[in-house]
Amino acid sequence: MTPTTALASSRREFLKSTGAVIVTFAWPTSLGAQPARETSAAGVDAWLAVATDGAVTLFTGKVEIGTGVSTALAQIVAEELDVRVGRVGVIQGDTERTPNQGYTAGSKTIQQGGPPIRQAAAEARRTLLGLAAARLGVTPEQLTVDDGVVALRGDAARRVTYAELIGGRRFERAVSAPATTKRPSEYRVVGTSVARVDIPGKVTGAPSYVHDLRLPGMLHARVVRPPAVGSTVESIDESSVRDVPGHVRVVQEGNFIGVVAEREEQAIRAAQALKVTWHESARLPEIADLHREIRAASTTDKTVSSRGSITAGFAGAARTIAATYEWPFQMHASMGPSCSVADVTDERATIWCSSQGVFGLRGSLAKLLNRPAERIHLVFAEGAGCYGHNGADDVAADAALLSRAVGRPVRVQWMRHDEHAWEPKGPAMVMQARGAVDGNGRAVAWEYEVWSPTHSTRPRGDAGETLAGQLQGLPIKVPFIGGDRNARHGYEIDNERVVIHWLADMPLRVSALRGLGAPQNTFANESFIDELAAVAGADPVDFRLRHLRDQRAIDVVRAAASLASWQPRIGSAARAENPIARGRGFAYAQYENENAYVATVADVEVDRRTGAIRVRRVFVAHDCGLIVNPDGVRNQIEGNVVQTISRTLKEEVRFDRRRVTSLDWQSYPLLRFSEVPDAIEITLIDRRDQPSVGAGEPAACPVPAAIANAVFAAIGVRLRRVPFTPERVKGALHT
Amino acid sequence: MADALEITVNGQRHRVTAAADTPLLYVLRNELGLNSPRFGCGLSQCGACTVHIGDRTVRSCVTPVSTVRGPVTTLEGLGTREHPHPLQQAFIAEQAAQCGYCINGMIMTAAALLKQSPRPSDSELRSALDGNLCRCGTHMRILRAIRRVARA
Repeated sequence: MTPTTALASSRREFLKSTGAVIVTFAWPTSLGAQPARETSAAGVDAWLAVATDGAVTLFTGKVEIGTGVSTALAQIVAEELDVRVGRVGVIQGDTERTPNQGYTAGSKTIQQGGPPIRQAAAEARRTLLGLAAARLGVTPEQLTVDDGVVALRGDAARRVTYAELIGGRRFERAVSAPATTKRPSEYRVVGTSVARVDIPGKVTGAPSYVHDLRLPGMLHARVVRPPAVGSTVESIDESSVRDVPGHVRVVQEGNFIGVVAEREEQAIRAAQALKVTWHESARLPEIADLHREIRAASTTDKTVSSRGSITAGFAGAARTIAATYEWPFQMHASMGPSCSVADVTDERATIWCSSQGVFGLRGSLAKLLNRPAERIHLVFAEGAGCYGHNGADDVAADAALLSRAVGRPVRVQWMRHDEHAWEPKGPAMVMQARGAVDGNGRAVAWEYEVWSPTHSTRPRGDAGETLAGQLQGLPIKVPFIGGDRNARHGYEIDNERVVIHWLADMPLRVSALRGLGAPQNTFANESFIDELAAVAGADPVDFRLRHLRDQRAIDVVRAAASLASWQPRIGSAARAENPIARGRGFAYAQYENENAYVATVADVEVDRRTGAIRVRRVFVAHDCGLIVNPDGVRNQIEGNVVQTISRTLKEEVRFDRRRVTSLDWQSYPLLRFSEVPDAIEITLIDRRDQPSVGAGEPAACPVPAAIANAVFAAIGVRLRRVPFTPERVKGALHT
Repeated sequence: MADALEITVNGQRHRVTAAADTPLLYVLRNELGLNSPRFGCGLSQCGACTVHIGDRTVRSCVTPVSTVRGPVTTLEGLGTREHPHPLQQAFIAEQAAQCGYCINGMIMTAAALLKQSPRPSDSELRSALDGNLCRCGTHMRILRAIRRVARA
């Protein structure tokens, strides 16, 4: 079988060909073969189906973005339904086949996406037991289930399978009837490290991503972006691509331009060759002025939290200090540039993309394509890891416009420079803290201000939320989201005021990058609490514990200190004679002040001669409530740690007055193998009696401050501006 | 159309219809329908497109198909789901992937390294992988998976 015909096989064959748990996105080779399903979340049938061969399919609006949730959600279904995990397939993010579960974002898939799935599976099991009881002439209480086989307790010969009971038919039951879910003490599948269902395919070259989708008659396209932010098209010289072999069409919609060709390499060549005359201007600030401009911008101010009296707190204090922290623009930096395949005709639009929210994007594309949402079908297919709102939604809009223009299926992948320049960036921010301690070593006043734009411009129904829409001048409504995430610390301080200054505009497009404002605010809060500990003459861990009352917070702080064999210390033990200085730092956060608890210790080396920081070991204690898949959580923690070391030490989007200049991996470097830690050690605190909360982002939050605090311990200087490049470290050492 | 170009990929001879200067990557993906070599940068900076020509690792995104001399091996040719290469097995055993987009390059680079140096030191291993980027931060697991095979 050639790869092409393998792909052309129906979904049924695709499912049969794999032995383990199946996660599939609907390969679109038999477009008519997948009828729309009921997607209202009220009924069991929206979530689950049992086939005639006993295979169980979960239909979920949550999607796999590389965090392993498709496996974890399958575990939840397997647990409640009493089938083996290998029997559960997962269909994700399809506007005509799955419930709308919002965005797959904010570490909320297990936390918020899991409970309705658990309920639906429990209701399905109750329905099946009722049917079995009737069939066998007994009561449901007399029955047991093992991998979808229902048997009479004590007489295994009297049995009936799920497939026999309901295979291929509908449950016709509402989820709203509160079915009893299992008690965590009964769990046999949830809480175990089930191997991820997608990894065998990914390590052997199976089609796994939207990039691998190949439709019959499909053309290839590339976009041609403006050379500078805010540029407008003056003219396009189509004769410049007339001789490019395979070239089909230049498509222009306002300042959106794309080229379509028969073959991918031809589309790339046409995009390079196309001569466009642009009107451009210098709209961006000097990068050196960025944070000053953020501070000076007119803002919408909101008090995040307030208690006691700041004035009285500072008035009665023994020592008062203040500090300002700065965070740059950063990018998602996905390894695979965004890709989408669209088949848009007058009647129907089908778009395969790796959007984190196909339902929200459908509304935006309805406006962009000027057709009712009911005639647009969005199907999720995995992309490269996105870590938030990258170009995945934008490229879906590009593909839709280009396919509509040529009337054939079109695959668009961005080039590396397209992704680097135009993906929505994680916002630059400024954080300012003032705090005071009394004579007993207790913090008595805390004043914190953060300047931030929104951290989310995700598609929720406006065409201007897509880049193609913006390039056509279509408007966008910007809600204020995420800049205040973790603006408040978790400590008990009697006099406190936390304020966010929301900026309406940013020089670059911005949107959600892993954790939104939480890593930045935690960087400032946890650096500053460390500064207060030093002026209070207290050990950083002890100082934190003095101000924590929540037992889970205390436990996680103690667990991290214990894992790292933390030795109490006061201030910095920096000694100038060592060219390689070593230090250890601590940081703690509760994600969003109400979800997972994380405490982190970082061991660093600072080379005084070069200014280079190397993070050697990291210790993490992590409490995300009930753990569904421990190895999955560990994988997320390790990933968060490495990615955030990279963001802290290396990453800053550079730009000049006109354009982003970080256009490749040399100008936007990531942490490499020779730079990642020697070891990351993890203690998981499993709270079987507590609801699961997300694990996809929390472990990122304490990392920047743990590094900054370790650098302080090593060399006695505070780094308050990310990234901690060698130049900045040397600069800090010499001031 | 170019003169009949032929390349050998995973033991099979293929006639190439692409123009001579077409990067090997697009021939492998779009003419041969292979998925494992992935477009990451087109600049030889990330390693997602890595394949072997003979025993050498090559960045297929910047290698014109007409310059290919020698047999090409892709991840599909290294092993299959049914008969995985020891490295593929090790990546599954260590759950050494998150999104997985870079993993092709990691396994292909490691396979070439281990052929040349079956028991690399930690620094040898890290420097061999230094040209391969991973954004998910799966590095610790990737190192563990490769060490598992190196020790075996």
